[in-house]
Amino acid sequence: MLALATLASIVGVAIVYAIDWFPTQASTTSNDVDVLYDVLLFVSIPIFVGVMTVVVYSVMRFRARPGDMGDGEPIHGSARLELIWVIVPFVIVSVLSVYAWIVLDEQEEPRANEMVVRVTGQQFAWHFAYPDASGKTVRTDDLVLPEHRPVKFDITAEDVIHSFWVPAFRMKMDAVPGLTTSFRVTPNRQGNYSIVCTELCGLGHATMRQSLKVVPESEFAAWLEKKRGAGAANVSAGPSTTSTGVRSQ
Amino acid sequence: MTMTARLTAPGWYRAALSVLAGALFAFGLVVLVRALYGYEPLVDGEAITTVALISMGVAFLLGIGCFDYWFRWASGAPTVPDDHSGHGARSWRDYFRVNTDHKVIGIQYIVTTFVFFVLGGLMAMLIRAELAAPGTQFVDPNTYNGLFSVHASLMIFLFIIPVFAGIANYVIPLMIGAPDMAFPRLNALSFWMLPVAGVMMTASFLAPGGAFATGWTAYAPLSTEMPVGQTFFTIAVQFAGASSIATALNFLVTIITMRAPGLTFFRMPLLVWANFTTSLLVVIATPFIAGSQFLVLFDRALGTHFFNPGGGGDVVMYQHIFWFYSHPAVYIMMLPGFGIVSEVISANARKPVFGYRMMAFSLVAIVILGFTVWAHHMFVSGMFSWLRVPMMITTMLIAVPTGIKIFSWLATLWRGVIHLTTPMLFALGFITMFTLGGISGIVLAILPVVIHVSDTYFVVAHIHYVLFGGSVFTIFAGLYFWFPKMTGRMYDETLGKIHFWLSFVFFNLTFGPMHFVGIDGMPRRVADYADQFASLNAIISVSSFLFGLSFLIFLYNMVTSWRNGPRAAANPWRAHTLEWQVSSPPPLFNFDDIPTVVGGPYEYGVPGAVHGVFKDREKEPVPAGTSGVAHE
Repeated sequence: MLALATLASIVGVAIVYAIDWFPTQASTTSNDVDVLYDVLLFVSIPIFVGVMTVVVYSVMRFRARPGDMGDGEPIHGSARLELIWVIVPFVIVSVLSVYAWIVLDEQEEPRANEMVVRVTGQQFAWHFAYPDASGKTVRTDDLVLPEHRPVKFDITAEDVIHSFWVPAFRMKMDAVPGLTTSFRVTPNRQGNYSIVCTELCGLGHATMRQSLKVVPESEFAAWLEKKRGAGAANVSAGPSTTSTGVRSQ
Repeated sequence: MTMTARLTAPGWYRAALSVLAGALFAFGLVVLVRALYGYEPLVDGEAITTVALISMGVAFLLGIGCFDYWFRWASGAPTVPDDHSGHGARSWRDYFRVNTDHKVIGIQYIVTTFVFFVLGGLMAMLIRAELAAPGTQFVDPNTYNGLFSVHASLMIFLFIIPVFAGIANYVIPLMIGAPDMAFPRLNALSFWMLPVAGVMMTASFLAPGGAFATGWTAYAPLSTEMPVGQTFFTIAVQFAGASSIATALNFLVTIITMRAPGLTFFRMPLLVWANFTTSLLVVIATPFIAGSQFLVLFDRALGTHFFNPGGGGDVVMYQHIFWFYSHPAVYIMMLPGFGIVSEVISANARKPVFGYRMMAFSLVAIVILGFTVWAHHMFVSGMFSWLRVPMMITTMLIAVPTGIKIFSWLATLWRGVIHLTTPMLFALGFITMFTLGGISGIVLAILPVVIHVSDTYFVVAHIHYVLFGGSVFTIFAGLYFWFPKMTGRMYDETLGKIHFWLSFVFFNLTFGPMHFVGIDGMPRRVADYADQFASLNAIISVSSFLFGLSFLIFLYNMVTSWRNGPRAAANPWRAHTLEWQVSSPPPLFNFDDIPTVVGGPYEYGVPGAVHGVFKDREKEPVPAGTSGVAHE
């Protein structure tokens, strides 16, 4: 049975590794999350397959023959076995917890040269603001990020709770009225990526999807400069309320 | 009976009149108070609805007769004798009356909860119909949000939690050798609060602005701002919660004080242990959800600012209070199932439950650990960030006692004599599916991963693996297992097996693919989604319809077998626990003579071992009772 379980585990792990689970990776820590998930699969698939194997094997091997009214062996337990299946899972979850903690610390570590972008959730759209050293703020409904530049999102909400998720970054944080929450990422791949609201926020929740653009540093600077010029009136006007907001990607 | 007599005697006529009076009371009270304060307009629909939901609910309980005995006693009037002599059910009508017999109440619970299970299931079918393709198909987004909110609320508060209470109501007193529950009238009141809660949740679709549409979690401040349908949820939860607490207290007192002579705690069947620990969870945790919903109600109706940041309120506080109940609630919905599976597996593998004491201790460990993990639902909520790692670790640690249970069931199978009956199939299906749900639970505890997958379809997949593949499979196992005891009839084994295999296959085809769409970027609770998820969602929807149809086989089997099934023997499974030592269905007082327990409940294979002895009986248990039981 052990051989059977091992074989089935190998097949199981091979199958789940063949699946393309995650969306594109677009930040420096996306890969860490995906690797962590692969490790979880590697640990857990043999457990699941093992349980399945014992069930199927027992049913086939120990099934009552027709008319067999006998009882099984009166085995009441085994202190040694029970100790093993307390200790082994304990060790596994402990190791996984430490590993997860290390990855989390790496994700959340402040980085030099960090750019702050303020994110505001509103029923049913996201607004963004780029403060700069001079104290001026550029407000926009488009999120554009420079490649390879660490960014910290300061997130809040105007009305109800929203959740700011960028699947390509593997990062998400609730936008909470009355609080400023945050997360950090370093985009490392150019392209358009979706922003999804994942906290039920009312009627238009399903349509609260936007996209962000990761561009080269120079292109970003030009874009910001253009926004700063064009939005001179916008600087003091607060978040744009004329936005059509709801957009499907 | 004259009309006057009908309207004064406990029952449906008086209940209807009473509910009407409750509505008038609400109208009068609101108008009076608003007149005293000089508010305009005098008639405020939302305020009247809020008061009416409370007053009509209580009025129904008064009218149907839940409080008659207590009122008579308190006022010194002669009480109507209310012992069990008049309280078995002799026709189907008796199930529609206030009845204090735990066996009648058990069946009232099970049938009522299945009505709401069907309603919730139909809503799930509508949800899947809408999600079969991107865009809007059948329902507008507001109705859609209402559908999944009511679906979840019915399934949790009106099906899984109370159906376990129903099964336990029937089985626990029999299992411990007691004639009834400790507080039979409280037991009846607990049951009758349920239909009030269920009807209220369902009726919210009729409210102006539609049903409550904030999910079963009702996060503030969305829930404090939504139309009046939300009030139906906050008040219905109070009725369901009060029912839950009262039943749990009843179980605790019954199990502590009414065990048969010789039935020590460590001779109790594991189902009794499971309901004991579940009841502890209910009594400790449920007041927290009651509190959270009261605070929402006060914010809505009284103008308080508990969750209004503009008024100094704290939005995240709602989630802390809510999850301090609702995480333990996950175990409230699972521990009784653990108990059922232990009974089913030992009887059908003809072996003692492996590591009985560790099985009992692991239940206690889950109760304690269950209170230390609530914030794992809030990893991306913006709560104080240091709390996340400790909560991740405690969450992971729950895998240890849960693992003990899984591995002990597997060891119970080992070298047994396995009978693949329908309840056994569901128990084995449970073990495998719950393992998968447990594994996705571990994934959801690992912080960097859960930051990505929280509030996605991965969570929807996980919750259905633990609540359907977990809890509901154990409910089916339990119902098939005790069906002969409850009805005195045998169900159809072939139909039962077909039901299992169809459920098992289509369950996996429905909820399995949800893992993929979730990780790939599809959020939950959305009426519409990006085109990239269209093909998998189409597969999920088609599977879910077939999954839904498979339930009809169960329904057909239960109804026809209850009416015309072959007579069941007292002990068709040759099990050792006490409920099988009396006739099927059991006599009115359960035991014509109280058994003495002399050994463990699962001594299969030990020569000559018995769990309980009856002084008047010879070796073979003889069914005592009124129902002319055929004996195999």
